[in-house]
Amino acid sequence: MDQIGQQFLNLDIMLQVSPLLLRGLLTTLYLCALVIPLGLAGGLLVALLLLARSRPVQWLAVGLVDLFRAAPPLVLLILIYSGLPFAGIRLSPTAAVCLAFFCNTSSYYGEIYRAGIESIGRGQWEAARSTGLNGWETLGFVVLPQAVRNVLPDLISNSVEVVKLTSIASVVSFPELLYSADMARSLTFNSSPVVLAAIIYLVFLWPLVRLISRLERKVATN
Amino acid sequence: MTAWQRFLDTFFKPEMIVQYWPSIAQGVLVTVEIASAVVVTGLVLGLLLAALRAYRLAACNVLIVIFVDVFRSLPPLVAILLIYFGLPSVGIRLPSFVVLWGVLSLVLAAFAEEIFWAGIISTAKGQWEAARSTGLGFSETLAFVVMPQAIRLGVPPLTNRTIAITKNTALGTVIGVGEILNQATAAQSFSGNATPLMLGAIAYIVLFVPVVVAGRWIETRFAWRRA
Repeated sequence: MDQIGQQFLNLDIMLQVSPLLLRGLLTTLYLCALVIPLGLAGGLLVALLLLARSRPVQWLAVGLVDLFRAAPPLVLLILIYSGLPFAGIRLSPTAAVCLAFFCNTSSYYGEIYRAGIESIGRGQWEAARSTGLNGWETLGFVVLPQAVRNVLPDLISNSVEVVKLTSIASVVSFPELLYSADMARSLTFNSSPVVLAAIIYLVFLWPLVRLISRLERKVATN
Repeated sequence: MTAWQRFLDTFFKPEMIVQYWPSIAQGVLVTVEIASAVVVTGLVLGLLLAALRAYRLAACNVLIVIFVDVFRSLPPLVAILLIYFGLPSVGIRLPSFVVLWGVLSLVLAAFAEEIFWAGIISTAKGQWEAARSTGLGFSETLAFVVMPQAIRLGVPPLTNRTIAITKNTALGTVIGVGEILNQATAAQSFSGNATPLMLGAIAYIVLFVPVVVAGRWIETRFAWRRA
C-alpha cells in the first residue's frame, strides 16, 4: 500500500513537477483554443455541403466525412506529421496537429450541425423567406440558432471529446499536458506526474461530463 | 523523373508494397481481434452496470457514477500510459495488448452504461407498473420488459460511440501493441519511405469505412420515431 502511494500519489514529486505540468496545461488550453473554433467553423461548412442541393456536392461531402470518420485521429496525425515531409511539405508541429484535428473534428461537428439543421421544419424557412430575408439571412438568423439549441448536448459532448483528443498530440512530441507529464515520469522514475495530469483532466472535464448527462437526460425524458 | 513519378515512388512504391504488406496484414489481424474484444466486453459490462444501477442501491450507484464519470472525462491515452508504465513499478506487469483491451473496454463500458441508463429511465412508468401487475418480479420486469426497450433506444447513440472507441485501438502503437499503425510506423522507419504509412492508412480506411457506413444505416434504421 505504501509502495502504491509512493509510486502514484507522491506529493513531493507532484509539487516538484507542477511548473512543468502547468506549462503543459497552458499548451493544451492553447491547442483547444485553436482546434475547437477551427472545428466548429469547418463543421458548419461541412454541414452546408452535406445539405447542398447539388447531388455530386452531397456525395463528395458524405465521402469526405466518412473517410475522416473512418481514419483514427492518431493515424491522420502521424500521416500528416511524418508522411508529408516525404513529399517535401514540412509543417510546424502546431500546424500538423491543427490540420489533423481539423479533418477529424469538422467531420464530426458537421454531422451534428446537419442533424440540427434537419430538425428545423421547412415552415421556418418558408416563413423567414416570406418576411423578405434572403437564404443566408434565414440560415444565420432563423435556422441556425434553433438548430444549435437542439443539438447543444452533442456539440458540448463532441467538444469534450476534442479536449480529450488533444492528448494524442503528445505522440508527435507536442509539449501539451500529457507529454509534459510523461516526460516528468521518465525524469523522476515515478508515475505521480501522470496521476496529476489525470487529475487535471478530470478537474476540467468532469463538470462538463455531468452537464452533458443532465442535458441528455432532459432530452431522454421529454 | 516527373513530379508524379516522384510522388508514386514516395507514397506507393511497388517494391515497398510487396515487402511490407504482410506485416500490415498482420497488424490488421491484431486490430480486428482487439477491436472485437473491446466491443464485446465493453458493451456487456456497460449493460450489466446499467441493470445493476436500476436496483438503486445507494452505495453501489455512487461507485457506478464515479466509474462512469471518470472514464468519460479521462483521455484514454492517459489511462493507457498510466497503467502500462505505472503498474510495473508496484510489481504488476501486464502485456501491452491486455492494457489496451482493458482500458478501451472500461471506456466503452462507461459510455454504454450512461446510454443504457438513459434508456431505462426514459421507459414509461406504466411499463413497469403493467409488467409488475402481471406478476413479474422486479428483476424479470427489468430483464424482459425494460432492458429490451432501453437497448433499442440506445442503439443509435451507441453505434457512433462504439466506432469511435474501437478506432482508439490505434493508441496501442504508443505502448507497442503490434496493430496496424505500429506495423506501419516501424516499417516506415526501417525503409525510410512513406509507402508503409500509406498502406497502414489505407488498411484503416478499408476496415472502418464499411463500419461507418453501416453505422449510418443502423442509426436511421433504429431511430425512434419522433412524436
